[in-house]
Amino acid sequence: MGLLEHERLHGPLPLPAGRNRVSRVSAARLVDLIERSGLTGRGGAGFPTGRKLRSVAAAKGRSVVVANGAEGEPASAKDKLLLAKSPHLVLDGISLAAYAVGADRAFLAVHDQETRLRRSLKAAIKNRNSAGTDPIPIEVVAIPSLYVSSEQSAVVHFLNEGIALPTFSPPRTHERGFDNRPTLVNNVETLAHVALIARHGDRWFRSAGVPDAPGTMLVTVRGVVARPGVYEIEAGAPIGAVLMSAGGLVERSQAILTGGYFGAWLPADVAWDLPLTHRDTRSVGGALGAGVIVALPEMSCGLAETARVVRYLAAEGAGQCGPCVFGLPALADALADLAYQGRAGAARQVELLTDLVDGRGACKHPDGVAHLARSALDTFYLDVARHEQRGPCYGIHRQPMLPLPGDMAEW
Amino acid sequence: MSETLRVNPIACTGHGVCAELLPELIRLDPWGYPIMPPAELDDDLLKLARKAVAACPVLALTLQKR
Repeated sequence: MGLLEHERLHGPLPLPAGRNRVSRVSAARLVDLIERSGLTGRGGAGFPTGRKLRSVAAAKGRSVVVANGAEGEPASAKDKLLLAKSPHLVLDGISLAAYAVGADRAFLAVHDQETRLRRSLKAAIKNRNSAGTDPIPIEVVAIPSLYVSSEQSAVVHFLNEGIALPTFSPPRTHERGFDNRPTLVNNVETLAHVALIARHGDRWFRSAGVPDAPGTMLVTVRGVVARPGVYEIEAGAPIGAVLMSAGGLVERSQAILTGGYFGAWLPADVAWDLPLTHRDTRSVGGALGAGVIVALPEMSCGLAETARVVRYLAAEGAGQCGPCVFGLPALADALADLAYQGRAGAARQVELLTDLVDGRGACKHPDGVAHLARSALDTFYLDVARHEQRGPCYGIHRQPMLPLPGDMAEW
Repeated sequence: MSETLRVNPIACTGHGVCAELLPELIRLDPWGYPIMPPAELDDDLLKLARKAVAACPVLALTLQKR
């Protein structure tokens, strides 16, 4: 959507024009508005956006805004789609967030492999600059496509030193991030919601979703549904309803991956009526993450799917922390033994290794992998027994459902 | 204020000095990296912990107030 079309549809950027007319009062009002809306981060962690804005605004020193559009999750497609279809909504959100926290620099981080997307974003920004839309310039930066590089401290590390690897905290990025200044890092979808809330208000935002998870959210639906793709749904919609909006199941499904590769497998019957919120998914050991839902068919092997993804994730770490460097490949080996060899005792080994790596990195990479592996043992417990007693199931021969970079695009 | 032991896993290269000095608190994983105790330290252990912090060859071990 171009700038003119965007402004016809949504109205102009609701900011006092020109950087000299920025008044602290209305910046504070914008923070209040976002806080009242109940918007939470759409990048995976689900932190209240208003609170984040408030702490960056209150921190000492001139602040910086980073919009994180480096979608590290291979199963997620929502951020790329949003940036391609509605770049101006995200760019509006960046300007509004920068205004709210008093930032004088703003970055939009996108993967370095997304050359076409980066070009179109730069063109969109050029249009806005000619129209004088944004009070401060927005710089597009290319982040390396390593899984762990889209983690927020890695993005800030890259902006500072050109090294796209997570750092040890504290200090946290909202206190000392880019150039040692308070830094607001927000997912691009979160910022698009900021742009809409600034125009339509907090009540409008709350009119969708549920009280503890208001608004709408973008989800990526994959697996055995009729129309895999990215959908905008109301937060708190039951997972089954989300699958139905993607055309429904076209095969019987045994389990649903919720939250992506740092998420969890849930048995399909547990997942079906579960409202898609951080709280509800956590209550059954799942995760919402960045809103990825994959319906695994009955004929697939969940252990093999998990082994393959864990092998990928083990290689996508930063290579900085010993427990992750040594533990994740060992975990991938144990899962492969279980999935493809059916070696007795392999599941116990998986359990021991998940406990050993969990919480022992500078970032949450090992924790996320451990969570996924544990959920596979729980959800596919019948397969675990079968594999260890009678060898691998036929499902290991089926084409994998969970996409990895390098696979052929499947839609 | 209570303090807990924390290791910077990026800086840690697995010398294992901390586990040698503080076997009652720190054990090593199969790859030689220290596993931190989750609990807060009492005064006796805190003294020993300070020594271990000072002895870490790469200064990866820290005491963190909370």
